[in-house]
Amino acid sequence: MHLFGDPAVWLPLAFAGLMGLSILIYVVLDGFDLGVGLLLPLAADEEKDRMISAVGPFWDANETWLVLAVGLLLVAFPMAHGVILTALYLPAALMLIGLILRGVAFEFRAKTEGKMKQRWNQAFFGGSLAATLAQGYMLGVYIMGLKQQPIDIAFGLLTAVCLVAAYGFIGANWLIIKTEDTLQLKAIRWARTRLWGLVVGFAAISLATPFVSPRLFDKWFSFPEIILLAPLPLMSALLIFIVWTALQHLPTRNDRWSWVPFVGTAALFLLAFIGLAYSFYPYVVPDQLTIYDAASAPESLFIMLIGAVIVLPTILAYTVLAYVVFRGKATDLTYD
Amino acid sequence: MDGLLLSRIQFGANISFHILFPTITIALGWVLLFFRLRFNATGDDRWMAAYHFWVKIFALSFGLGVVSGITMSFQFGTNWPGFMEKVGNVAGPLLAYEVLTAFFLEAAFLGIMLFGAKRVPGWLHTLATFLVAFGTALSAFWILVLNSWMQTPAGYEIRDGVVHATDWLEILFNPSMPYRVMHMLLASGLTVSFLIAGISAYRRLIGDRSKGVRLTLQTGVYMAAVLIPVQIFVGDAHGLNTLEHQPQKIAAMEANWNTGPNTPLILFAIPDEKAQENHFEIGIPDGASLILRHDPNGVVPGLKDFIAPDGTVEHPPVAPLFFSFRIMVGVGVLMLLVSWGAAYAIRRKRGVDGLNPWLLRGLVAMTFSGWIATLAGWYTTEIGRQPWLVTGVLATRDAVSDVPSGMVLSTLLAYLAVYAVLLTAYITVIFRLARKSSQTEERVHSGAAQIEVIPAE
Repeated sequence: MHLFGDPAVWLPLAFAGLMGLSILIYVVLDGFDLGVGLLLPLAADEEKDRMISAVGPFWDANETWLVLAVGLLLVAFPMAHGVILTALYLPAALMLIGLILRGVAFEFRAKTEGKMKQRWNQAFFGGSLAATLAQGYMLGVYIMGLKQQPIDIAFGLLTAVCLVAAYGFIGANWLIIKTEDTLQLKAIRWARTRLWGLVVGFAAISLATPFVSPRLFDKWFSFPEIILLAPLPLMSALLIFIVWTALQHLPTRNDRWSWVPFVGTAALFLLAFIGLAYSFYPYVVPDQLTIYDAASAPESLFIMLIGAVIVLPTILAYTVLAYVVFRGKATDLTYD
Repeated sequence: MDGLLLSRIQFGANISFHILFPTITIALGWVLLFFRLRFNATGDDRWMAAYHFWVKIFALSFGLGVVSGITMSFQFGTNWPGFMEKVGNVAGPLLAYEVLTAFFLEAAFLGIMLFGAKRVPGWLHTLATFLVAFGTALSAFWILVLNSWMQTPAGYEIRDGVVHATDWLEILFNPSMPYRVMHMLLASGLTVSFLIAGISAYRRLIGDRSKGVRLTLQTGVYMAAVLIPVQIFVGDAHGLNTLEHQPQKIAAMEANWNTGPNTPLILFAIPDEKAQENHFEIGIPDGASLILRHDPNGVVPGLKDFIAPDGTVEHPPVAPLFFSFRIMVGVGVLMLLVSWGAAYAIRRKRGVDGLNPWLLRGLVAMTFSGWIATLAGWYTTEIGRQPWLVTGVLATRDAVSDVPSGMVLSTLLAYLAVYAVLLTAYITVIFRLARKSSQTEERVHSGAAQIEVIPAE
C-alpha cells in the first residue's frame, strides 16, 4: 500500500482518476447511443430500425460505464455520493426514468408492430431526451457548486439544451460511420446543424466556470497557469475546425475519413473533461468536500484497486472485441 | 407519511421491480446454455429454435434488469446516504466487485449472445452464452454476499463510529451467506422452470404441436420437479440458520409471542402487536417446535423476548412477516403438487401428449408463480431485518436522507406508474411472442411436412 507514498493521498487520487475515466467513457459511448435516440424522430420509418441496430449491440455495455462511475463515487467517496445525489434528487430520478424507458424500448420495439412499435419509438426518443436533459442539467448545477439559485438553475437549463445538441452531434457522427447512402447523408446534415449547439455549450461552460468562484478564477487566469492552459482552448478550436471541415467534405468515395467527425468529437469531449477536472481538483463536491475528505478507508480502497487493476483491462479488451465483432456498416439485427 | 416510511416504500418498490428480472435471467442463462449445448451435441434444429425463442425473453428480461438495476445504484445516495457513510468500507468493495467482475461481463457478451450467432463461430457463441450465464450468477453472488452481511454481519470492527473491514473471508462467508445464495439460485431456477413450462403449455393450448415446444415443456416440468424438493430442503436449512442468528425474525414469521416448548405451527391468525397476541388462531400442536427444533419439546423463541423493559420494540413487524412467509410456503407447496403431477403424467402417459388440458391450464396459471414466491420470500427476510438496516450496527432510521418527503412521494409515484406500464407490457409481449412463434412454427412445419419424413411417435 505504501508503494507510492502515503496511501491516504494516492488511493483517493487513483480512484478519482478511475471515476473520471469512467465518466468520460460513458459520456462518449452512451452519448452516441442517446444521441441516436434524439435523432430518431427525424428519420423515416424504414430508417429507424437501421439507426437502432447501429447502437443495439453496444448500449448495454455503454450504460454500464455509468453504473461503474456512480458505483466508484458510491464506494470510494461515500460522503460525496450522498451530498451530490441528494442535491440532484429530482434530475437524477428523471434521468433514471429516462434511461429505463430508453433501455426497455430497445427490446419492446423489436417485439411489437404497427402502432405499438411507434409508441415504443416515442418512448425511445422521450427516454433519451429526458436522460440527456437531466444529465446536462446536473452537469450545469454541479459546475455552479450544487447551488439552487435562479442563476444556477438557468445555467443548468442552458447546459441541458447544449448537451442535447452535443449528444445529437456525436450520435450523428456515429451514424456517419455505421450507415450508408441516404441515411448517411441525413446523418451528415444532422451533424452539421448540431455542431454549433456543441460549440455554444463548450463556450458557455468555459466562460462560466472561472466566474463561479474566485478560486476557479485564480486557477485559470493567474500567471503562469494561463500560458500552460492555453493549449486546451487552442486545441479545442483546432478540433472543431477539423470536424467542421470533414463534415463539409463528407460523404467521400470508399467512405474514407468517415470516422474523423466521431473521433474528433470524442477528443473534444476529452479536452473539455480535462478542463473540468483541472477546475475541480481536489474537490469532489465543488468547494465543499475534497476527494481526500470524502474517501473510504485506505484498506477498503486498496482491496477495490486490486480488483480494478485486474478487471479494467479485461473489460476494455472485451469491449473492443464486441466492437470488432459488430464492426462495419450496421445491418438489421436478428436474434439468429 | 414520514420521509422514512416513504423512502422505505420507494426502495422496496424499486428493488421489488428489479428483482423480478434477475430472478429470470440468472437461471435462464444456464437453460439457454443447455439448449445451445444440446444443439451442439445433437445438431437437432429444434434445440436451436428453443434457444432463439427463449433468448428473446432473456434479452427482454435482461434489459429490464439492467435499467432497473441502475436505479438501485443511485438510490443509496439519494435516499440512504447514512448506509455508505457507516458501512461503506464493507459494502463498497462488494458492490465494486459486482460491477467490475459481473456486470460488465454480462453486458459485453450479451451483444454477441443475442445477435452474434451468425457473425461469430459456434464455439464463440457458446462461450458468450456461458459467460453471460456465469456473469449473471456471479452478480447474484456478490449482491447476496452483501445482503447476507447486512443480515448477519461478521469480520468487521467499528472505529470512530465507522465500520472497518478486519477479515474479508469472514465478510464473504458470513453465517447466512451460503444458505441465502443457494435459496435464491434455486428460487431463480424454479421461477424459470415454471415460466418455461407455463409459456410452453400456453403454446400447446393454442394448438402448437411442434417438437420444440414439446422439448421445452418437458424441460420446464422436469426442472421444476427436481428443484422443488431441493428448495424445500435448503429453505428448511436456511430457516434453522435464521433461528440461530436472527431469532426475532423467526418469532415474527411464526407469530409466536412466548418463548417455550411445544409451540404450535400457526396456519392462520391475525397477529396483534398492541395486545401482543394472535386473533382467530388455527394451529397444529407442536408443529413449529417440530419444524424448527425437529423435536416436539423444542424451545421456540417468542416475540416478547424482544421488547425492551422500557417498551421499545426490537422485533420486526409481525403481520407482514407472518403472511408473506405463508404466501411463499403456500406457493412452494403448489409448485410441488403441480410439477410432480405434470411430471408423473408425462412419464406415465404418452409423453407431453398425455397432459390433459386442465393440467396445461394449471401450468399456464403458474407461469409467474416464481415471482410471487420470490417476492414473498424477500419481504420475509428484509422486513424481518427491521428495525435494523445492518443487524446490530445501523438502524434504518439513522441512514435515511433528509430529502423533503414531497419529493420522495412524487418520484415514488412516477416510478410506480412507469413500473406498472412496463410490467404490463412485459407480460403482454411474452405471450404475444409465444403466439407469434407458434404461428410461424406451424407454417414452417406444414411446409416442411411434404419433404420431411416425420418419425412415428
